[in-house]
Amino acid sequence: MSLQEKNIEAPPMPDAKGHFGDFGGKFVIETLMPALEELEKLYKEAMEDPQFVKDLRYYLEQYVGRPSSLYYAERLSKTLGGAKIYLKREDLNHTGAHKINNTIGSALLTQRMGKKRVIAETGAGQHGVATATAAALFDLECDVFMGEEDIKRQELNVFRMKLLGAKVIPVSSGTRTLKDATSEAIRNWITTVESTHYIIGSVVGPHPFPMIVRDFQKIIGEESREQILESEKRLPDACIACVGGGSNSMGMFYPFIEDEGVRLIGVEAAGYGIETGKHGASLSHGTPGVLHGMKSYLLHDGDGQIREAHSISAGLDYPGVGCEHSYLNDTGRSEYVSITDQEALEGFKLLSRTEGIIPALESAHAIAYAAKLAPTMKSDQIIAVCLSGRGDKDVTQVSDMIGDEI
Amino acid sequence: MSRIQQRVKELADRGEKALAAFITAGDPDMDSTKQIFSALEKNGADIVELGVPFSDPLADGPVIQKSAQRALKNGASLKKIIQLVAVIRKESQLPIVLMTSYNPVFVFGPEKFVAAAVEAGVDGIIVPDLPPEEADELEGYSKSKGLDMIYLLAPTSTPDRVRMISERSSGFIYYVSLTGTTGVRSALPEGIEGKVGAVKAAGDLPVFIGFGISDPEQASRMGKISDGVIVGSAIVKLIEENADPAVRDKKVGELIGGIKQALLPAS
Repeated sequence: MSLQEKNIEAPPMPDAKGHFGDFGGKFVIETLMPALEELEKLYKEAMEDPQFVKDLRYYLEQYVGRPSSLYYAERLSKTLGGAKIYLKREDLNHTGAHKINNTIGSALLTQRMGKKRVIAETGAGQHGVATATAAALFDLECDVFMGEEDIKRQELNVFRMKLLGAKVIPVSSGTRTLKDATSEAIRNWITTVESTHYIIGSVVGPHPFPMIVRDFQKIIGEESREQILESEKRLPDACIACVGGGSNSMGMFYPFIEDEGVRLIGVEAAGYGIETGKHGASLSHGTPGVLHGMKSYLLHDGDGQIREAHSISAGLDYPGVGCEHSYLNDTGRSEYVSITDQEALEGFKLLSRTEGIIPALESAHAIAYAAKLAPTMKSDQIIAVCLSGRGDKDVTQVSDMIGDEI
Repeated sequence: MSRIQQRVKELADRGEKALAAFITAGDPDMDSTKQIFSALEKNGADIVELGVPFSDPLADGPVIQKSAQRALKNGASLKKIIQLVAVIRKESQLPIVLMTSYNPVFVFGPEKFVAAAVEAGVDGIIVPDLPPEEADELEGYSKSKGLDMIYLLAPTSTPDRVRMISERSSGFIYYVSLTGTTGVRSALPEGIEGKVGAVKAAGDLPVFIGFGISDPEQASRMGKISDGVIVGSAIVKLIEENADPAVRDKKVGELIGGIKQALLPAS
């Protein structure tokens, strides 16, 4: 189906019940339902309150350092040949990734609720660090749930969180990674919901979380759209972003949804290769199901048991995906492709060598796909890639893997 | 009148409170579940809740999470559990409720699931992560087949939600005693009497209290303010700790017998 044939409508999403078409919703125990209803109401009030919007903008500009630049990666583009590649530099944000856009907004919401404690889940630790940062800034108690496996792999981020005053709670259940950290954070929230706000790290979970996180992240796409119109006087032909839970990609895509000529391409983790079954490509190789409070595409077996995901990057190592991505996938508005661990490593090296920018392994998936797509396009075409985070956190891991080759 | 409603009515006529016993089906294996079921029935359980193991149960504490892992490791699945109910049903008329996360049901197919469960002899279902807002489809199929759809209420539930859920639940209302996950607690929350009273006043359905109840003393206190109590983690823990089936079933039987005793009318 060509883009022109697609019937791109823009009804308000999600609907009143928190559904994005067949996806989303609130699949949680009754104990949490009143808190979700209250959060939805409070969030709407906050976004209509000029003072809240002003405060949010203040911290995003003065503390996070927004707007982040949309940088023309000339050497990368010329090396690959073909389309011009622009990079949305979320790696330049305070704490080094897009995650802070959401945690600042959510911490301001927490203050507005009068709650004094926040919890978060984290995989690689980026969202944990961003939550601990916002908690320090706004004087909130902060507990971060992290799988025991990830704690071992990401010692530096664990230390950063502790330095920022957060408590890191090891999760020993299940696969001891992001999926289980999320489950444990939800269990803790069931117990502490009256005093605690859950700052969820992606566009996942029960309504209204996927909507709130998207709204706090859509500044990525809004700025990109304005910046490319400024520099190129036209919209890009494609936006590319990596998809784990899918918050940086949702933030990048959302403001372009009604721009029919802009392809929206999400890049999932193919891990060791789709054929090995060890990957994180829920959209391109999963089926609909219910996990962590929402209906969305999942990796699960024929009995409905959740399968283990795999990716070289802890941030993409998740067996589910944001419900709005599932909706965009089914309507055909977005496309989803996948990149293997090996290809991501090549992207990691490529950007480091051509631009002097070490990307996060998550973002390296988007770079790797851009490197495949750009040469098939004309030199007057444009790709905007969301560079969701910097790669400092991954340098030790990559050094262990390919240190000998360098 | 469903088997659950029938049983609750008989108990009420005798001045007894109901004891619902929860175990994870397939923990440690399907044959054991059949034996444990029998021990529960013989020692006074009025309803048995069979938990369907799920890889990521969000409302469960560590004891039931671990039991689900053991069951899954030994091959338990929703399909096999429904088959087990059909086998048990040949020998027992005890009401059986399946308690499951929604994903196994969603993947099985809600319509097919209800038909298979009813045919096997399941009397009711509890799906903790499926609030009424998301349950139209499953509730529709359940009601049309006479399968009780049992909803939860919690200490955090607002008066509006208490009313709505009282209208939509069937069989009984599962009142979650505390703000938290399943598991044994040394003390139950203060002020629960008033909250349960408000739930009872909102409709005609029997109200059962679950989460955290593990001994006769707690059961007696909760039984006084409700129509029945649900005991889960305390039983599951005995199953975990006792590998010898004979010892296990004896201990489970003693626990159930003791709790049931506390729910009989004071003589």
